[in-house]
Amino acid sequence: MFKLESKNVDVFYGSSQALKNVNIEIQNNTVTALIGPSGCGKSTYLRLFNRMNDLIDGIKIDGQVLIDGQDIYAKGVNVDILRKRVGMVFQKPNPFPKTIFENVAYGLRVNGVKDENFIRERVETSIKQVVLWDEVKDKMKRSAFELSGGQQQRLCIARAMAIEPSIILMDEPTSALDPISTSKIEELIHELKSKFTIVIVTHNMQQAARVSDKTAFFYLGELVEYGETKQIFTNPKQEKTQNYITGRFG
Amino acid sequence: MYQIDENKVTRKKKRNQKFVFFLFGAMGYFVVALLVLILTFIIYKGASAISWDFITKMPEEGMTKGGIFPAIIGTLCLVAGSMLFAFPIGVLAAIYMNEYVKDGFIKKFIKQMTNNLAGIPSIVFGLFGMSLFVNKLGFGDSILAGSLTLGLLALPVVIRTTEEALKAVDNTFRQASIGLGASKWQTTRRVVLPIAFPNIITGLILSVGRVSGETAPILFTVAAYFLPKLPTSIFDQAMALPYHLYVISTSGTNIEESRPIAYGTALVLVIIVLFTNLLANGLRKYFSKKVKMN
Ligand SMILES: Nc1ncnc2c1ncn2[C@@H]1O[C@H](COP(=O)(O)OP(=O)(O)OP(=O)(O)O)[C@@H](O)[C@H]1O
Ligand SMILES: [Mg+2]
Repeated sequence: MFKLESKNVDVFYGSSQALKNVNIEIQNNTVTALIGPSGCGKSTYLRLFNRMNDLIDGIKIDGQVLIDGQDIYAKGVNVDILRKRVGMVFQKPNPFPKTIFENVAYGLRVNGVKDENFIRERVETSIKQVVLWDEVKDKMKRSAFELSGGQQQRLCIARAMAIEPSIILMDEPTSALDPISTSKIEELIHELKSKFTIVIVTHNMQQAARVSDKTAFFYLGELVEYGETKQIFTNPKQEKTQNYITGRFG
Repeated sequence: MYQIDENKVTRKKKRNQKFVFFLFGAMGYFVVALLVLILTFIIYKGASAISWDFITKMPEEGMTKGGIFPAIIGTLCLVAGSMLFAFPIGVLAAIYMNEYVKDGFIKKFIKQMTNNLAGIPSIVFGLFGMSLFVNKLGFGDSILAGSLTLGLLALPVVIRTTEEALKAVDNTFRQASIGLGASKWQTTRRVVLPIAFPNIITGLILSVGRVSGETAPILFTVAAYFLPKLPTSIFDQAMALPYHLYVISTSGTNIEESRPIAYGTALVLVIIVLFTNLLANGLRKYFSKKVKMN
């Protein structure tokens, strides 16, 4: 069984179609990169897996999206529970206007966890997992805005991990960061792979090649090619893919 | 083939630019000068009237002597009362509109209505307030009726500034919170509102400035012509600064003699408004710092 799966997925914003018949199967504990020119539907596709698109007025979704074999758009699915299984990281670091500690504790608190000891443990574990502990352990009560952009982004990853999801979605998580912070996050992705299934949108071809096992190339709402990252970057089957990764358009 | 005299073009561009800058600059300074002129005028005319007695004493001798204490208290009561009414309703309405209602006809309709509400002349609010609060609901001429009327006037301002403040909050904050399993209300209360709060407060205080100077809405709902005692309940009538100013400038017992008091009153009113604006700025800065901390 696949961890994530989409079957014949179409997405419409009003009358304009953003995704056309997209079929992808993603294995557990892998990193999948979504690449393609701006506006091709990468973010839209990513947001399918935690039903974040539901927040958008006038959106229409057809087809099936499955997590662990379960259709997450089926009737009776508890969206809150679904979202707890899926963490999300955004392009711009967006810590909440709270302390470093409360940022990471947030997901536990809104889900009704009251045991302060447990919360403290989870916060510490999560921050250690993103290799941020040494940098922030003495200022847990300080505002998260005092951290650098790269630290903020790692904090946001920790925040997503605190509620122990099994999937992490990342939408261009390093595009607002400097090269050093970027490579730290890339290392992190490597390490997190053993625990999570990761889907990452990126505009950076080298990054896709470095961090991912599989790569999906989107163009104008269609999935043009999906396969082993190595094969996509060395020996793409489609001409469009070839043109894109060699920088001829997009 | 065509030839361009580079120098000529550049010179012309520069000349145009200079002219436009001059024009804009002149307009800018004109506005500043106007403001300074008005302020100087009021300070010049009113400063001599202002004294400790003036702001703490009752009016005397047919309002030609004495102070404006009851009018100051009256205005403060009205402002506080109107905000007590407009702020919670306005903020909740804006939250509902911005966070809960889907884009579409209903939202557009409510928005349009709010805008229309903002465009209604204040005297019409006064008339409506009189008919509804004073007569129909039987509050009589009272601080309650006046506050509610002023509150209605402030409502669209509060709604609009709150909406702007909420809109300015980046959507990824909402997505991040929802993505962690938070409900919409948790997201609004714990993430969106704290971020928007400094701007909401600013809007609130600006509407205070607006409300404190209004005359028409209080004309038939609360304002007493001459009432040399302080209100003791929300069902009492009260004097108010703008109305007091109007009265002693148009129909006092001796208009010429009470001129200095009129300017003094105007100065007090201006100071209150300027002070609330300063307060708005201060609070916004204070809260934008604080917001990051809790
Ligand atoms: N909220 C929305 N309402 C209407 N149309 C939208 C919305 N979000 C995206 N779209 C449209 O859907 C298409 C796909 O957008 P999407 O954001 O998924 O692209 P993307 O591949 O992530 O682009 P980028 O690389 O620029 O982030 C675009 O044509 C976009 O204009
Ligand atoms: Mg995108």
